[in-house]
Amino acid sequence: MSTSTTAPAKAPEPKTGSANPLVALTANLRQSGIYIAFVLVVALFAVLTDGRSLAAANVSTIVTQYAYVLVLAIGMLIVIVAGHIDLSVGSVLAVVGAVAARLAITYEQPWWVAALAALAVGIVIGAWQGFWVAYVGVPAFIVTLAGMLLFRGLDYLVLENISLSGFPPAYSKIATGYLNGLMGGYGYDAFTLLIGALAVVGFVVQQLRTRRARVKYQQTVEALPVLLLKIVIVAAVVMWFAYQLATARGLPIVLILLAVLILAYAVITKSTVFGRQVYAIGGNLSAAMLSGVNVRKVNFWIFVNMGFLAGIAGVIFSAYTNGAQPAAGTGAELDAIAAAFIGGAAVTGGVGTIVGAMVGGLLVAVINNGMIILGLGQEWQFIIRGMVLLLAVAFDVYNKRRSGTR
Amino acid sequence: MREASTTDDQAGGTVTATSSTPGGGRPQTGPDDILEMRSITKTFPGVKALSDVTIKVRRGEVHAICGENGAGKSTLMKVLSGVYPHGTYDGDIVFEGQVARFANINESEHAGIVIIHQELALVPYLSIAENIFLGNEVKGRGGLIDWNRANGEAGKLLRRVGLKENPTTPVGQLGVGKQQLVEIAKALTKDVKLLILDEPTAALNDNDSEHLLGLLRQLQAEGITCIIISHKLNEIISIAQSTTIIRDGRTIETLDIAAGEVTQDRIIRGMVGRDLESRYPERESHPGEEVLRVEDWTVGHPTQDRNVVEGASLSVRAGEVIGIAGLMGAGRTELAMSIFGRSYGRYRGGRLYKRGQEIQARNVREAIKHGLAYATEDRKKYGLNLIDDIKRNVSAAALEKLAGGGGLVNSNEEIAVAERSRKDMNIKAPTVMSVTGKLSGGNQQKVVLSKWIFTDPDVLILDEPTRGIDVGAKYEIYVIINKLVAAGKAVIVISSELPELLGICDRVYTLSQGRITGDVPIGEATPERLMELMTLERVTARSGASGGVTVGTSSEAPAVPGAPQQSEQSRSPISSQKPEDLA
Repeated sequence: MSTSTTAPAKAPEPKTGSANPLVALTANLRQSGIYIAFVLVVALFAVLTDGRSLAAANVSTIVTQYAYVLVLAIGMLIVIVAGHIDLSVGSVLAVVGAVAARLAITYEQPWWVAALAALAVGIVIGAWQGFWVAYVGVPAFIVTLAGMLLFRGLDYLVLENISLSGFPPAYSKIATGYLNGLMGGYGYDAFTLLIGALAVVGFVVQQLRTRRARVKYQQTVEALPVLLLKIVIVAAVVMWFAYQLATARGLPIVLILLAVLILAYAVITKSTVFGRQVYAIGGNLSAAMLSGVNVRKVNFWIFVNMGFLAGIAGVIFSAYTNGAQPAAGTGAELDAIAAAFIGGAAVTGGVGTIVGAMVGGLLVAVINNGMIILGLGQEWQFIIRGMVLLLAVAFDVYNKRRSGTR
Repeated sequence: MREASTTDDQAGGTVTATSSTPGGGRPQTGPDDILEMRSITKTFPGVKALSDVTIKVRRGEVHAICGENGAGKSTLMKVLSGVYPHGTYDGDIVFEGQVARFANINESEHAGIVIIHQELALVPYLSIAENIFLGNEVKGRGGLIDWNRANGEAGKLLRRVGLKENPTTPVGQLGVGKQQLVEIAKALTKDVKLLILDEPTAALNDNDSEHLLGLLRQLQAEGITCIIISHKLNEIISIAQSTTIIRDGRTIETLDIAAGEVTQDRIIRGMVGRDLESRYPERESHPGEEVLRVEDWTVGHPTQDRNVVEGASLSVRAGEVIGIAGLMGAGRTELAMSIFGRSYGRYRGGRLYKRGQEIQARNVREAIKHGLAYATEDRKKYGLNLIDDIKRNVSAAALEKLAGGGGLVNSNEEIAVAERSRKDMNIKAPTVMSVTGKLSGGNQQKVVLSKWIFTDPDVLILDEPTRGIDVGAKYEIYVIINKLVAAGKAVIVISSELPELLGICDRVYTLSQGRITGDVPIGEATPERLMELMTLERVTARSGASGGVTVGTSSEAPAVPGAPQQSEQSRSPISSQKPEDLA
């Protein structure tokens, strides 16, 4: 397998890795394991629920219901890669929603004032926590454990201990709105399908451009059959997904927001100096410092960013529930942390990807949703969620040890 | 001495008298082998790490295992000590006349085989006694630990290894040399018959090393057999009676050092499979203008109220290699790191001049911007992100150079850069996507150098650039240094190995107790002369215009009329005085 990649880079034609997709798959089980697990879990629940979990309406629901966890997981992944943890995001989400509700419901401000104020609160909270972690040097575990209590208390203060509900419709639409019928519907929404098709085209173009650039720089690229197989699989999944949405309620607005965030943060973590410094800090703090990374600054902005994303999640969550409750978002931090770890992030920092965390988050979402459809009681839901997290990380540890024996 | 070994019931009475003459003869009464490893073959998925390795160790000898990094020495020792349990390798281990089937380290330790790893396995916050008895606690009544007895026992063991420390002192407060001795004391509690030391002196300076080797001779006299793995060939020749050379996972030969005909070059030939015509590549020296001048540099200890570097001044010119020599604790690394963006301790004063202009380098970023680079002595801890690949490590200190429009890092260009480094530096890895944690020491060092070369520095400070790497890779590092100075860079090398400094530098500064005590042109430098300056106490020295040494005296040292007498005075401490690390 590796012999094909050791050849000197003089060869004029593109060098390719193994043409056997199975070999390529097993060669990097650590990365592909999560995708396999995801497919298996989806299939399992499809069987258990007689296909109800894959029904158009349910697929659409999963997206809108769990979008806030995925948004939190984006920020959490970055926090974890840098070697920190954030236990406060559930409380932050609540206080952000409370502020939005107070403004929009009690003081009848326009929806966008409430939403922007909520984001601002999230950013300020992030800066607060970043200050303690980065400039005072208190471990993030402690800072955010304190924050978890602190912001839950603020949430109670803002809400005066009672729930507020009844956002203006424009605000609620952020999480529950759909783009439907923009290009006419024929039993299905053509616009949603078009967006799906555009996504596929975008993916193909990006793959081909990457491939061309890599060939230009004389690097190893996947064999063409592997690439084609990958494109076909991705296209099939995306179009199936788009079709499900199209036959249900159309394109969820929150999905557009989520897609933009995922794309942006995938680029930020992979290709910006900031993103790369996050990995450097998590991988070896001392080496990063001696390489000229301004560790304090990076840590500070990691938490500001987490606050910003918790703000967005808070807006989505309050919009979805159409109100603010004192106990909102309790345990949300654990779902976000679970998503990052199930998606392959390392507990010791330095490892993890946005896409992995998103698949991890979806895995959690599909399991939760499936259990609800099956009508499992709360007790079993907790037990199963706990076991899934444990087994996922155990699998990861096992894989690492296997690859580390050499 | 013979009694010491005959108390061992299994070995009863079979030990020959010659085993007690340190560094001298070898057992003459036939094949009394304490250990024989027969045809050991160990395969990892895709790699054959050991292939048919055979090694015999005679009772009571010091047996050295030599080989380049990656030759399979450590794997062999892991097989022997049960890290790789019986059944995961082919071949037999015969220990004390019986085939051993160790399932784990506990079983091998129970049999009397103790391994001391290169990376010391001590808990820094626990006391010496607690570390010594960790996992082997002295139990008193009711199963509780009897600390009085434990501390007393530990005290005895410490005296045996020549360490005058209180057993209740936390290990973290000791220097590396003393920690090494604590490890040996720990091994002695386990009724050790075969002591394996993996690179015991790699992190020690000459004096500490000498003390350790003395201790090994003493243990040998007490009947303990030793296997030593070391890259320091002069040490091997001075202490071992025989050596087995391993190359590419195979036994090449076993040499009888006690017979007295084995030279360092002979061992090197076996290790690399060829003659190294010279250990230091030739270089013509053409120093240009002064690139960096450090004036009056003073550094405070990070936590204590004392200065670790005091009033140090030095300069380096383009195309010049200067060395900094000093014993451990002299402040070499502290000086270098402080110059490099004040990344060690507290800055207490001093000025930097780059090509005659004063510059400010208050943090690492500014230092890099001014063309300084510092390659650390501890590449695993401070040099590399071991879980990341080669390309990202190479680009880590100059990511901005790869960030094009929109601030995005061009990952293709990054691979191209790393690929160039891989070729120029001869980094032995399948691709630049290989994880650096899995590379050998020499290749890791080349990655660290690549990282700093990519920042396009004018001055490179290389702290122990060849520590813990094998002879072949050392030569390659020297070649890289030569290429750098040929390209007009200025290079500052810090090294504990005086022959290395003498082999590659144009000038050598000596550092003693935080002060520069000499500035010696290579033509006038000898190991004796440098060692003399490195052990000067409380004496300030300034480099004169001629590059020679002017020695003055401070109030704490007795006034001496002239330099020659000073040299006479300071020569005696070299041989008799133990360094502060061990005293």
